[in-house]
Amino acid sequence: MKLNKLLILVVIVAVAVAAFFALNKADKEETVAEKSDDKVKVGFVFVGPVGDGGWTYEHNQGRLAVEKHFGDRVETIYQESVPEGADSERVMTQMAAQGADLIFTTSFGYMDPTINVAKKFPKVKFEHATGYKQADNVSVYSARFYEGRAVQGHIAGKMTKTNKIGYIGSFPIPEVIRGINSAYIHAKKANPNVEFNVVWAYTWFDPAKEADAAKALIEQGADVILQHTDSTAPQAAAQEAGNVITFGQASDMAEYGPMPRVSSIIDNWAPYYIARTQAVLDGTWESVNTWDGIGAGMVGIGEISSAVPADVKAEAIALRDALASGEYHAFTGPINKQDGSAWLAEGETADDGTLAGMNFYVEGLKGSIPQ
Amino acid sequence: MDLPGISPVLLIASLMVSATPILLAAIGETVVEKSGVLNLGVEGMMIVGAVVGFITAVNTTSPALGFVTAAIAGALLSTIFATLVLFFKSNQVATGLGLTLVGLGISALLGKPYEGIKSPTLQAFEIPVLSDIPVLGPMLFSHDPMVYISILIVAAVWFVLKYTRIGLVLRAVGENHDAAHALGYKVIRIRFMAIMFGGACAGLGGAYISLVRVPQWTEGMTAGAGWIALAIVVFASWKPWRALLGAYLFGGITVLQLNLQAAGVAIPVEYLSMSPFLITILVLVIISAKGNHGAPASLGRLFHASN
Repeated sequence: MKLNKLLILVVIVAVAVAAFFALNKADKEETVAEKSDDKVKVGFVFVGPVGDGGWTYEHNQGRLAVEKHFGDRVETIYQESVPEGADSERVMTQMAAQGADLIFTTSFGYMDPTINVAKKFPKVKFEHATGYKQADNVSVYSARFYEGRAVQGHIAGKMTKTNKIGYIGSFPIPEVIRGINSAYIHAKKANPNVEFNVVWAYTWFDPAKEADAAKALIEQGADVILQHTDSTAPQAAAQEAGNVITFGQASDMAEYGPMPRVSSIIDNWAPYYIARTQAVLDGTWESVNTWDGIGAGMVGIGEISSAVPADVKAEAIALRDALASGEYHAFTGPINKQDGSAWLAEGETADDGTLAGMNFYVEGLKGSIPQ
Repeated sequence: MDLPGISPVLLIASLMVSATPILLAAIGETVVEKSGVLNLGVEGMMIVGAVVGFITAVNTTSPALGFVTAAIAGALLSTIFATLVLFFKSNQVATGLGLTLVGLGISALLGKPYEGIKSPTLQAFEIPVLSDIPVLGPMLFSHDPMVYISILIVAAVWFVLKYTRIGLVLRAVGENHDAAHALGYKVIRIRFMAIMFGGACAGLGGAYISLVRVPQWTEGMTAGAGWIALAIVVFASWKPWRALLGAYLFGGITVLQLNLQAAGVAIPVEYLSMSPFLITILVLVIISAKGNHGAPASLGRLFHASN
């Protein structure tokens, strides 16, 4: 009896193993067959839904531009609302296993998962947005959002009546801290009495929480809300409150203009995505580190609305143009760190290395960065 | 309560607003679970309620109608779950998870043309109904009607479950469906109604997010509120008033930590953000240590009349 059971078990295992190998082989043949056509498959991993009206929306616009530009030669796949962390690793692995040749991972928190998956698929090219870890098959790309923040800071400083500016941060990472510093420096230049209140929401996308954060800041007297989260919820909260201005984040958010949204930072990923896909098609893809700003068109300043006085608008546009031409750097000394120690001397500009890893506030900002 | 730079009046007022969606969803789910059914599709029903409510409010310019259709939509979606679980005896956990996915998908599809549209109706919504409510203070009595409706629903659920015959029958079905069946109660019918009630409440909660709390439509905007509601039901050990407490605690800590930050108080944000979840775990440990967890005995079990 016992022997019988053992026999049956052995047979089952044998059949299972045989089936596994047979299926696996079929699988491999399939991938080979798929690979034989010269269509390039491009995968996108998104942190929010493509309909968030902000960050992910613009990345998806880039994806659609790739499809339009290449037509039949390219196939794109994407997965939205992928949590940062272990789950993203699964999604990337799946995309690579599906035969994607190029995968864009579009959030800071995908950094280590991207590196891990890239190790397992050396032939697949990866592009990680806003991170700093590169590998032979992993490029990093980001936009100099802080240039746009400088323009926002200037308008905010000029327009605030309560001298209180609220800032909704997502996570305390260099990209967000850079934005806060840049906005603060330029708001302070425009209005020496300005104060910043920073709220960390610990999410990229949670409309209800973002709205709550905006309301909390407004209750504290802020009449300008800057946001570094992805949804349009803070805009809606500001609109409800009345005399509060906001700026579109990542996307134009023009539907909230001319009040509360008075301008915006627009990310334009399409040219980069098209160029990188072209490189894969040509076989010239190499791991690179791209960090473009207003000048290269990766960061756009949305239309400055009629709610902004003409002189402020002209100053903001002049600032934008100076940043674009490279004649002015958003971090130009003298700038001290929050603790009063010197960072940049008179006329000195920040180097990219320091900016990429920025983990300190500049002098004048209150509060501390959560560790 | 003397917190630096924070007005307790505003804090409690915004706490009530931020807790209302999860309170509505949690009280609905309490009834569902009391009847012995575990519906993990709360998130899906909420988001469908959010989008349907928003679409109706935008098209009819009546938020009240938005809430009504949101409740109907949530209830309709829950009938899919009820049919599968009660008549086809599908697994409740898997079906509930499926319902969440379906809800997220449907809402994204329906909501596409409504992204970026403002809900123009909010102002007109608050004033006429507010005037009917006795204003006893800006803290508790100057909210929109849905805040009061949510509390009334809690009171009604508590009363019905505790003091009425139908509540007794519902609890009997949830505790021991075979015995209830033997006594001649229509187990399937009662559970079907309970599930629809849960769906309607979740729909209302979703609509509250899209019409009042945010107010706009954004894909995926419930962002996990349904799961928090499920946690609150357990936290409350299936008791209506404790669900109210739990929802206000969760909502309160979220709002409190944002307000503390906005006021520039140096607090470790991470710990405060995590505290509702830690408290839930703590409560669960205490409940299970006491031995009497209060879960309906037939929760999640399949019922077949032939048993």
